Amino acid sequence: MKHEAITERLLELAARRFGCSRELLRPEQDFFEALDIDSVEAMRLLSALESEFGVEIPDYEVQDVRTFAGLAEVISRRVKHA
Amino acid sequence: MAEGKALINLEFKEGVLEVQLAKEPCNEIGRSMLEALEKVASFCERGTFERHPIRAMITHSLVERGFCAGADLRELYAENAQAIAQGVSEKERQAEVGRFLRRIHAVMNAIDQAPFLTIAMVHGFVFGGGFELALAHDIIVAERSARFAFPELRLGLVPGFGGIPRLLREVGNAIVRDLVFTGRSIGAERAHALGLVAHLANEKEGLAIARRMAEQALRFDGGAFQAAKRFIKEVPEAMLAKEQEIFLERFITPWVQKALEHFVHSEDPMPYLPPPPQAFKESLP
Repeated sequence: MKHEAITERLLELAARRFGCSRELLRPEQDFFEALDIDSVEAMRLLSALESEFGVEIPDYEVQDVRTFAGLAEVISRRVKHA
Repeated sequence: MAEGKALINLEFKEGVLEVQLAKEPCNEIGRSMLEALEKVASFCERGTFERHPIRAMITHSLVERGFCAGADLRELYAENAQAIAQGVSEKERQAEVGRFLRRIHAVMNAIDQAPFLTIAMVHGFVFGGGFELALAHDIIVAERSARFAFPELRLGLVPGFGGIPRLLREVGNAIVRDLVFTGRSIGAERAHALGLVAHLANEKEGLAIARRMAEQALRFDGGAFQAAKRFIKEVPEAMLAKEQEIFLERFITPWVQKALEHFVHSEDPMPYLPPPPQAFKESLP
């Protein structure tokens, strides 16, 4: 799957899950701020992403990631190895 | 039959005891929660609730954030800091934690060996002591939001409430090492694929699955159930004793109090993971 497609699916999932408009989300945004989520919801997002993309995403790989683009990058690396 | 609002609510109906963890923010196990869990353990030891035989027990959480986030690290930090400030010796601090540890191990062992079916229905955070509590049960039902982790190494500790011996009973050593040595969490789907979780449930549907499972258990002969349980689910006593020993050895190292302090003051959205080395190694004694 191409990186752009992963980013798009990630943004769609985030919008759907947290009830915001897809049009308001951009890859370079801080997802904690854009979605107004805390650590509990971040954990749920992680589980949802693992389910959506069929890969495991260890927390330490996203520990310092704050943007949707960064998340998509981690997922892209994992999808390649899946 | 129901008891009033408390850290743990108990409901008993037709042979099934429901243990509802209800302590905000996420059922952290400190002294008060330990006392409440000791009451649950006493039902497990007796096999009865107010003279009625218990045939199954379901433990779940009423708290939104999850099943249980583990030991109450804020309480542990505060108590240890106070003891250090008062000049309490390392030996006595170790002995104090040892007394707590023996009590929580007694609780876990009582749940582990209860003469009836025990089900942990989990969601959200199932971390550290919460993971250990779930592992003491016969069966884990997990809603998809559940995430399991043993983050203890970040504190300079090993899991201390029986986690490693009981996880080893369920899954391969490679998985145990992955979880313990990296402190990472795994989601409910992965835990289900590993055989750690027996039933995977959609959000808010786990309790119905657990209740249906408990009803099924009522149909079997209690004696046959107990014989099967003794055969299938041995308590790893030697490893549990060794775990306490290692935990207490580690507890008095300077790293632990410093790491607890860092955790208590952390604003990191993933405070269960260790901070980058430069953030706090330099401040170690």
